[in-house]
Amino acid sequence: MTVYDDFAARIRTTQTPLRIRGGGTKDWYGQALHGDVLDTRVNSGIVSYEPTELVITARCGTPLAEIESLLAQHHQMLAFEPPRYAASTIGGVVASALSGPRRASAGAVRDFVLGAVLMDGRGEILRFGGQVMKNVAGYDVSRLLAGSLGTLGLILEVSLKVLPVPLREASLRFEMSEIDALRRLNEWAGQPLPISASCWHQGVLSLRLSGADAAVVAAQRRLGGQVLDDGEAAAFWASLRDQTHAYFAGGSLWRMSVPSHASAIVLHGEQLIEWGGAQRWLKLAEDGVDRASAIRRSAAAAGGHATLFRGGDKSVGVFHPLAPAVAAIHKRLKQSFDPNGIFNPGRMYAN
Amino acid sequence: MNTVSDLGARRTQVAAALQQVLPARAVLSAQEDTRPYECDGLAAYRQLPLIVVLPDSEEQVIAVLKVCRELNVPLVPRGAGTGLSGGAMPVADGVVLSTARLNRIVRMDAFSRTAVVQPGVRNLAISEAAAQHGLYYAPDPSSQIACTIGGNVAENSGGVHCLKYGLTVHNVLRVRMITIDGEVVELGSDALDAPGLDLLSVFIGSEGMLGIVTEVTVKLVPKPATARVIMASFDEVVKGCHAVAALIAAGIIPAGLEMMDQTSSRMVEPFVKAGYDTDAAAILLCEADGTVEEVEEEIARMTAVLNTAGAIAIAVSQSETERLKFWSGRKNAFPAAGRISPDYYCMDGTIPRKRLGEVLAGIAAMETKYGLRCANVFHAGDGNLHPLILFNANIPDEFHRAEAFGAEILALCVEVGGTITGEHGVGIEKIDSMCVQFKPAELEVFFSVKRSFDPPGLLNPDKAIPTLNRCAEFGKMRVSGGALPFSNLPRF
Repeated sequence: MTVYDDFAARIRTTQTPLRIRGGGTKDWYGQALHGDVLDTRVNSGIVSYEPTELVITARCGTPLAEIESLLAQHHQMLAFEPPRYAASTIGGVVASALSGPRRASAGAVRDFVLGAVLMDGRGEILRFGGQVMKNVAGYDVSRLLAGSLGTLGLILEVSLKVLPVPLREASLRFEMSEIDALRRLNEWAGQPLPISASCWHQGVLSLRLSGADAAVVAAQRRLGGQVLDDGEAAAFWASLRDQTHAYFAGGSLWRMSVPSHASAIVLHGEQLIEWGGAQRWLKLAEDGVDRASAIRRSAAAAGGHATLFRGGDKSVGVFHPLAPAVAAIHKRLKQSFDPNGIFNPGRMYAN
Repeated sequence: MNTVSDLGARRTQVAAALQQVLPARAVLSAQEDTRPYECDGLAAYRQLPLIVVLPDSEEQVIAVLKVCRELNVPLVPRGAGTGLSGGAMPVADGVVLSTARLNRIVRMDAFSRTAVVQPGVRNLAISEAAAQHGLYYAPDPSSQIACTIGGNVAENSGGVHCLKYGLTVHNVLRVRMITIDGEVVELGSDALDAPGLDLLSVFIGSEGMLGIVTEVTVKLVPKPATARVIMASFDEVVKGCHAVAALIAAGIIPAGLEMMDQTSSRMVEPFVKAGYDTDAAAILLCEADGTVEEVEEEIARMTAVLNTAGAIAIAVSQSETERLKFWSGRKNAFPAAGRISPDYYCMDGTIPRKRLGEVLAGIAAMETKYGLRCANVFHAGDGNLHPLILFNANIPDEFHRAEAFGAEILALCVEVGGTITGEHGVGIEKIDSMCVQFKPAELEVFFSVKRSFDPPGLLNPDKAIPTLNRCAEFGKMRVSGGALPFSNLPRF
């Protein structure tokens, strides 16, 4: 019996829901956990890596660290900068679709998914997409899996586009109010500047520039600000990417995803702004149903949505409620991929 | 619904219902009016529709959908009709919905770097309107002067710059669409993501089969200050391929990276006089864009890599005029094919780049087998190969041979780990080749995605996804273990 046969047999015969789990580093993310653990780590290993084709294919249980260290040997990277929790697997990275500081300039997890092998609720092995950059044969089911939280099926393998590590990086810091920072970030984004990450927190705006030597040097000269020491800069951006920055400790954490140009959102709690203004974290000492609806109202009024990212009272719903017509499509898709409802039921929205 | 008189009665019935909800000028049912809609860019396949409608507002689109739903009429959306796979080909008992009058740029906002446009707005018109702000819309399919953003969303269009700047899916933030039930649905958002499943990414590239687009929010990006292109010649195609791999290995992502074989350069050079070395086995065009300093630095690095990789000649554009001249040959490959051959058939497979040598060798063998010539142009950065099969439709059997030639090329693309279509879509043209790439259970998933958005199956039916019966007839069904799963399910 191969690993895939084992998975299929389990899926076909299970009497209880299955909770697909890699390193279990994001058990706190999403709605409630239900079902018996289906451990993906038995399905581990890099299937192929072609640095000159910019593609890596790995089995779902492959540790993120293993993939990143191989890429680093060839001066390449996962440009969406997923958080590196200790035991994260690539399957979990794709299923949760959490992207890091480079997201606004490079793209999100879904933008780098080229193909996937999926086991559906019937135990059938299905291949979508492939290992090539351009592919419009059939619907793009593999990108749909990014952020699906395991609700559509078990991702067995995934192919991701990779990018070269920038030749040069430099980080700058400015004392700036929230309003000024939001205005400048949007203005700069409309100019040919190599900004690859940004963070505003407690009156300080930090910027990272990435690119060719000439581009970074010229931008640095133009923008001014205080230049960060390379080591300090690397540690700072890593602490945002991996959420080890002191801001992320304690309290309940909301993630507001809004248009970058949305004006400052006034709410109780401490905010940290990334992605050029498009991702606004809100940390609360305490929360409750009233608080949740105020946050959701504010995010929606700004043209976005809010997620109860970590901590807090999940009874308010972790993810922003869907419009009825969209919810109906979700329901039919879930029914198609997983007719018996065995995969991660209720992890995204209560059933 | 097969006889002419049945169709006539149906036309009268459906036209009457549509005229209740649309102005008279927006409903075309006379043959002389519907004739221009009988095909798209794949002119070999033609079908007169029952009726053509030209709504000019979202309310009218909703009204059309409700009529179609109520009377159970298939609906085929159509943008500029430049598609190359027959995706907009009408069905005999169906309505064609043209987006030609949904052509307003609703909002252009420099500060948020977004444009909100109706589906009938031309791709290039977005960049033209954004130019005053120093911004542009990055995907640039070669038909960008005519093709519409609605069609780009349907096909997930790319362009020569997509290795660096991405496809339509990477440059669209939000799509507003109407379901077959006439409900308004927003996919994506003005933020960088939306709650729930990423339905936007499955909708983009769905060939008009999941919903009718009424509005699109696109990302605009800063226009690079300058661009320069290197034209490099190689005495072997494989060396050109290795040069591309060496560029990528050196950490360079060129803004554009295109290769042409000798047949192509000899085809275009007399026509456009781009200065191509027609003795070279392959010509590689490699573009850098950005600030002046950045481009200078990148051109120097690219030149060094190309020299090491064995380029026999290298020229760098010294002016914008010269840059456009170098590109003109590549951009005119299709018209040049039309100039030397009465007809040509453009294929669109994508392959892992390292397999290019053997794929070209395979195509050369097929030229002998089918007795037809083939010129190859190649989006080298992303592995998207466009073989242009030259034929003469007036010679009996040549079109049939060209089609068989094309299908065999696509089968080879799949065999080496690629795909049957990189950017033109499946439409009606490559529907049989889908049977080569996907097994029945995978096709069944596509049908269930279709049903999830369009339960009655009325939107652009019978495109893109072949029924299992069709695959069985085509004889290329990928059968696992000798059993056909779901063999008695109804198909769209």
